[in-house]
Amino acid sequence: MSIQQPEQPYVVELREVTKVYGGVRALRGVDLLVGRGELVAIAGPSGSGKSTLLHLIGTLDRPTTGTVRIAGHDVAGLSDRELSALRARHLGFVFQQFHLAPGVSALDNVADGLLYTGTPLRARRERAAAALERVGLGHRLGHRPNQLSGGEQQRVAVARAVAGDPPLLLADEPTGNLDSAAGAEVLGVLRDLHAAGTTIAVITHDPEIAEWCPRQVRVRDGNVVADAGAGTGRRPPGPNPKRTPETAPNAETAGAAKGAPR
Amino acid sequence: MTRQRLTPARLGPSDVLRTGAAGLRTRPARVVLSALGIAIGIATMIAVLGISSSSREQLLRQLDRLGTNLLTVAPGQTVFGEEAKLPVEALGMVRRIGPVRTASATGTVDTTIRRTDRIPKAVTGGIAVQAATADLLTTLEGRVVKGAWLNAATEARPAVVLGAKAAERLGISRTGVQVWMGERWFTVVGVLGPMPLAPEIERSALVGFPAAEKYLGFDGHPTTVYERSAEESVEAVRAVLPRTVNPENPEEVTVSRPSDALAARAAAASAFTNLLLGLGAVALLVGGVGVANTMVISVLERRKEIGLRRSLGATRGQVRLQFLAESLLLSALGGIVGAALGGLATAGYALSRDWPPVVPAWAFAGAVGATLVIGTLAGLYPAMRAARLSPTVALATT
Ligand SMILES: Nc1ncnc2c1ncn2[C@@H]1O[C@H](COP(=O)(O)OP(=O)(O)OP(=O)(O)O)[C@@H](O)[C@H]1O
Ligand SMILES: [Mg+2]
Repeated sequence: MSIQQPEQPYVVELREVTKVYGGVRALRGVDLLVGRGELVAIAGPSGSGKSTLLHLIGTLDRPTTGTVRIAGHDVAGLSDRELSALRARHLGFVFQQFHLAPGVSALDNVADGLLYTGTPLRARRERAAAALERVGLGHRLGHRPNQLSGGEQQRVAVARAVAGDPPLLLADEPTGNLDSAAGAEVLGVLRDLHAAGTTIAVITHDPEIAEWCPRQVRVRDGNVVADAGAGTGRRPPGPNPKRTPETAPNAETAGAAKGAPR
Repeated sequence: MTRQRLTPARLGPSDVLRTGAAGLRTRPARVVLSALGIAIGIATMIAVLGISSSSREQLLRQLDRLGTNLLTVAPGQTVFGEEAKLPVEALGMVRRIGPVRTASATGTVDTTIRRTDRIPKAVTGGIAVQAATADLLTTLEGRVVKGAWLNAATEARPAVVLGAKAAERLGISRTGVQVWMGERWFTVVGVLGPMPLAPEIERSALVGFPAAEKYLGFDGHPTTVYERSAEESVEAVRAVLPRTVNPENPEEVTVSRPSDALAARAAAASAFTNLLLGLGAVALLVGGVGVANTMVISVLERRKEIGLRRSLGATRGQVRLQFLAESLLLSALGGIVGAALGGLATAGYALSRDWPPVVPAWAFAGAVGATLVIGTLAGLYPAMRAARLSPTVALATT
């Protein structure tokens, strides 16, 4: 494996990272390496430090101590402007609450994701259309967020995150606000992106989704307590844990799901 | 190991405008209300400046029409502080000055004009009785609106021509009416039109020199000599007039140029205009505070959007620029609407008074400048706050 080659850096490289908020030690010395093309679940109970970890990986925040390298750039040595450029070119974010602009079409919501990459407006719209096609929303370009289902809205948010082909996609509870069918749509999109080579880190406290990912990093009380190790996340994910339209097993369970109260 | 340098992409002007407008599009009611203050302020100032410029333009055009080549000669005071008199031959002397084209004179007659002999003498209505030479109307380029001006026949007869104001005060609007002057009846033979350069004639009742001497005991001394010369010789004529009129005592003669008074009125801004301008400035200031307030609220409400934009790669500077652009657009909107309203108000007022509607270009330039300054000042603090927001805190807000 390419772990020892310095020319082939990890996409994510965290060494002895701590984060202290006032008196709260949210992270207590985390080491994490993620290679190119991995699909990693970051799982753990509420308050264990998952979001904090994701913010540090996403360069939205800086560690209290320790080293964070993203795509080979040491975050500690970068100015706010350089960090912004890093986020614009190397990172895509998906949030639990989609964060779509209300009253703006799906196409323009996605196109605005490329605003800070220096792409001209026409090219932004073209790439946005392609990204929406990729997440299966090619027929919803002109729809506003309030005209889309929750699953569709989150797929728009995913399209926005990947429209610029960032090497690293970070998703914080992307299915947290969705029912299982809509969640399955989003996971299907992540699987396709993984198959196409995007490095993805998904935060989840859903054990099923964590198991679905080829590599799981388990966090508890600010420490990584289990990790299969760098490179193990390159395998394709398991069978989709949620019922999806194309993987719906049979009419019987589908009917049961429909009839179920919740 | 060398890495590619990380430099954020620059936003083009159209993208800056798009992001600035994005925040306004979703809240139209608030945009209208907060732009209104600016609009009112700008409209007030444009209208005040426009109306005073229109009135000035009206005066200047009038001046242009009336000419500035009219000079008047009047007696001043003697060295002993007594009222001086112009010599009887003053008019003839003035007519002999080379560049003088036309000259005429009036002389104050010590009497009154009344509708009937039963009205007491003291009630003059502010109307002066004056003797006038036959060419007075030519020199003043005045106009008769009723009847006729004095001619060789009527100037020796008990006939009188009334100035516009005098006729109005006497309540006379037609000729043939008898009026009581001195100790006898005179017949009104004419009524004059307005005389902007000689308002004293508007308030006079004019009789011929011979008639004044014969019936009203006039001593023949002119009290005002009017003359017009070629425009370019006005100063030269002005210089020689005192010596010509009164060679012995030139210092007892005052020469003035009536058009100077009109020109001075055109140049002066009235205190009322300044007061209104001040009110407009206050409205503008309040409007600016309104915009600032809207922007602060906008930043508070849109923390998530700010966090999202930071996660998409916006620098602090780009976030700051977005909110500055929004504030500038907001105040520019108010400015444009205000300038249009102010222009319309000026046009409406000026046309209703038959003035040429004029808004000076610098007033519009000033309005643009003022809205830009207000937009920047109002947006600066909210924009700084938006830029300082940490991305994680912004995203965590629920
Ligand atoms: N900005 C902050 N200020 C203070 N404490 C914070 C801040 N952000 C997180 N914390 C604390 O750090 C700890 C880890 O928080 P974090 O949000 O990373 O947990 P999490 O694993 O994402 O939890 P959840 O599954 O509920 O989202 C928590 O105890 C939290 O209270
Ligand atoms: Mg979390």
